[in-house]
Amino acid sequence: MHIIVQIALVLAVIIGSVALMRGGSNARYLAIRRILLLLFAGIAVFSVFFPFALTRLARFLGIGRGTDLVLYAFIVGFLVTMATTNHRFRQLEKTITELSRHIALEDAGKPWEAGRDEGGKPCEAAAVDPLLPDPDLKAPGAGSQHEV
Amino acid sequence: MGDVVAELLTAFSHVVCIDDGSTDGSPTIARAAGATVVEHPVNLGQGAALQTGLHFALQDPATTEIVTFDADGQHLVSDAKAMVARIQSGEADVVLGSRFLDHRTKISPVKRIVLRLAAVESHWATGMALTDAHNGLRAFNAATAARIELSQNRMAHASELVQQLSVLKPRWVEHPVQIIYTDYSKAKGQSLLNSVNILSDLLFR
Repeated sequence: MHIIVQIALVLAVIIGSVALMRGGSNARYLAIRRILLLLFAGIAVFSVFFPFALTRLARFLGIGRGTDLVLYAFIVGFLVTMATTNHRFRQLEKTITELSRHIALEDAGKPWEAGRDEGGKPCEAAAVDPLLPDPDLKAPGAGSQHEV
Repeated sequence: MGDVVAELLTAFSHVVCIDDGSTDGSPTIARAAGATVVEHPVNLGQGAALQTGLHFALQDPATTEIVTFDADGQHLVSDAKAMVARIQSGEADVVLGSRFLDHRTKISPVKRIVLRLAAVESHWATGMALTDAHNGLRAFNAATAARIELSQNRMAHASELVQQLSVLKPRWVEHPVQIIYTDYSKAKGQSLLNSVNILSDLLFR
């Protein structure tokens, strides 16, 4: 009997976590996560006053102690938070990349345009870019060079 | 790096260097050598630099082929030239360098095994039977380059590129190239541990 409950619990935890992680940052999933957080906080407070209730619930679910139940909930919460943060971080990185690329392309000299100017000096225009950004603005520690 | 640019300019009409937020004066050296330099205001990673380079080169309506070439001198200009020639002959839209098609490249056994495993993995995942999925020397015609959109900023871009090519289905061939492992490129290149990072970048995107 217990093993069935335990398998069902593990499955529920995995499916729930994956669903919440996959949900990303849209408003509906954000709301669900917040409700769960409130629920978790509520149960935590409740268990301070009625510690045996939680243990009874844990026993019923086949886990053992109430503390373990809280621990499992905490682990799931932590994983979901990590996934959400990771997702947001990636979005942010994407935004920064697009912004930086735009700046880089704007600032770069365009040798083919200089070449078509009448009396232009294409070679020099390509070699000397007057729009040198302030070197102090660059990221510290970065230094990879890639050629295309 | 100045020598790399100078040598490239003997074979190609335009050389574009992407400066990925460096602080060591590399852009000045590249410009002095005759390259056009595009500077990322902050460090973004190799994949982002590659995509910026493709973007920039495609802004020139006269661009017909684009070669990606590592600035640390690990590639041979003669290989790059031969690869472009295969595109110009109409043989392929994309020519990918592979260090495993001949015996010129001296490579440590462990690195060989990891790279071969990576190639097998990418064959299994994308259906593209590459022998060397992580080779920086590649040549594209302009039409194919325009359809590539890399979003993996760091090292996983190589796998991402293969994945996108497998969807775009251009005519592609592999071309034998030599990789010269200098002390600099060894220090700068991918350590074997980095393959763990690549895998996790791909799994948790």
